[in-house]
Amino acid sequence: MQEVLRFRSLDAAAVARPDFVEEARRFHRSPDAPARGLSLTIRGLRKSFGDNEVLRGIDVHIPAGQFVAIVGRSGCGKSTLLRLIAGLEKPTAGSISFGEEARAEDIRVMFQEPRLLPWARVLSNVEVGLGRERSSADAQARAEKALVEVGLGDKRGQWPSVLSGGQKQRVALARALVSQPRVLAFDEPLGALDALTRISMQRLLERVWRDQGFTAILVTHDVSEAVALADRVLVIENGRIAHDFNVDITRPRERGSAGLAALEGAILKNLLEGTEDTSDDL
Amino acid sequence: MSLIDSLPRVRAPRLPRADGLIPWIVPLAIIVIWQLACVTGFVPARVLPAPTDVALAGWKLLLSGELIRNIWVSFWRASIGFLIGGGIGFAFGLANGLSQLSAKLTDTTLQMVRNIPHLALIPLVILWFGIDESAKLFLVALGVFFPIYLNTLHGIRTVDPQLIEMGRIYGMTDGELFRRVIFPGALPSIFVGLRFALGIMWLTLIVAETIAASSGLGYMAMQAREFMLIDVVVLSILIYALLGKLADSASRALERLTLSWHPAFQKH
Repeated sequence: MQEVLRFRSLDAAAVARPDFVEEARRFHRSPDAPARGLSLTIRGLRKSFGDNEVLRGIDVHIPAGQFVAIVGRSGCGKSTLLRLIAGLEKPTAGSISFGEEARAEDIRVMFQEPRLLPWARVLSNVEVGLGRERSSADAQARAEKALVEVGLGDKRGQWPSVLSGGQKQRVALARALVSQPRVLAFDEPLGALDALTRISMQRLLERVWRDQGFTAILVTHDVSEAVALADRVLVIENGRIAHDFNVDITRPRERGSAGLAALEGAILKNLLEGTEDTSDDL
Repeated sequence: MSLIDSLPRVRAPRLPRADGLIPWIVPLAIIVIWQLACVTGFVPARVLPAPTDVALAGWKLLLSGELIRNIWVSFWRASIGFLIGGGIGFAFGLANGLSQLSAKLTDTTLQMVRNIPHLALIPLVILWFGIDESAKLFLVALGVFFPIYLNTLHGIRTVDPQLIEMGRIYGMTDGELFRRVIFPGALPSIFVGLRFALGIMWLTLIVAETIAASSGLGYMAMQAREFMLIDVVVLSILIYALLGKLADSASRALERLTLSWHPAFQKH
């Protein structure tokens, strides 16, 4: 967890400007949602694997509590960006700083694969998410609450192998939520699910984000998913942020509405145009 | 209530007691055929005594206390040798699975030693230890070492790296990571090694006892051969089969107990 502790350094610029706090309030569509999210400032972020430079200078500020989607073609570096934010990789250059001091339990990641321990019951799998607080007296109660939140309260005693793909992913979500994170990063969490399960999972993600007020960072290749869920869509091309769209559509959003479709069309157009002249994506 | 619900349910006929007996049908049939072959004189008693004669020989040895004593001696040698060899194999498997340095240092050596048939060491072992207990224990320990070592190592190496990353993200310490992720992940493979090792354990012990011993099942069989007591020879062979089956059943029960999470062990 050394990587996460590295982010302790406060970002002076972000704290000094109180308008970020105001901005953050705007994203909490539930009036009673806790203002728990952390803001995030990324400066000059670069990441190379050997000779291959995956990220070539990312600069972005994400206000507390915002739901940001990161889209791009495969190999554009979006997953690497997420792994850097989550502290799973170290940047080659540049910095990522959170608005306040972040504990390891404050930043959680959810992957495309549920990554549940097959030899632990559903409830113990959720308890894993408590990190160092696992041995506290209320650990089980908290894990149960998180399971109920994702609608799987009745599956607490099951083995993961008997659950469906969507249910496993919901257990993974409960495990990520149980420590009440302030930043939750999703790496294509719905990529392996069928279309209907995916829509119900999208609703669930939106609901927990609205209830809990964490800062959400969603990496996806599905532009319609990005515009349906996010306040803001970042398009990454060749290791840089090529476009930054605001999704100013009120929630709850009507799937298939004209506003969403128009925005989705615009983002897709940008993505396709932007990659026509690059050969390394093909 | 719909029409379908009101229909009587078609159920597969269930014979709860029969399930446990099915595996024993073939061994029992062999004994019956064997008995018939002997009674009718199809097989002369000098070649193969009838099961009833073997049972009688067993009864006599049981009454004299010789059978129990020999089984006990063999069982004791097998267990101690297994614990020593299995323990060392498990420790090396853990060390080489978890530490690159340890693997680099010892794995090549162990792989070379592995390719020596351990029974080929019998002449050397007799020269070293005589026909003492330690000779048998040494051979059994050497025999069970490799299956346990190889399968423990393989099990640890093949634990899903995504689960290990997950454990690290969620702040598990090295100890917790081992206890909650690596060891349970390696367990199915360790059990494969355990069952192999149990087979090798009996094999080694019987060979060692027939060559150099003054007690034990292997010794009993060799003594019987000296005096042309063919019923005792056959009895010894049958006891090996039963003991082997017993060891296998014990390891299976342990497997079912600890791997209940595994889809292959779940009852439907």
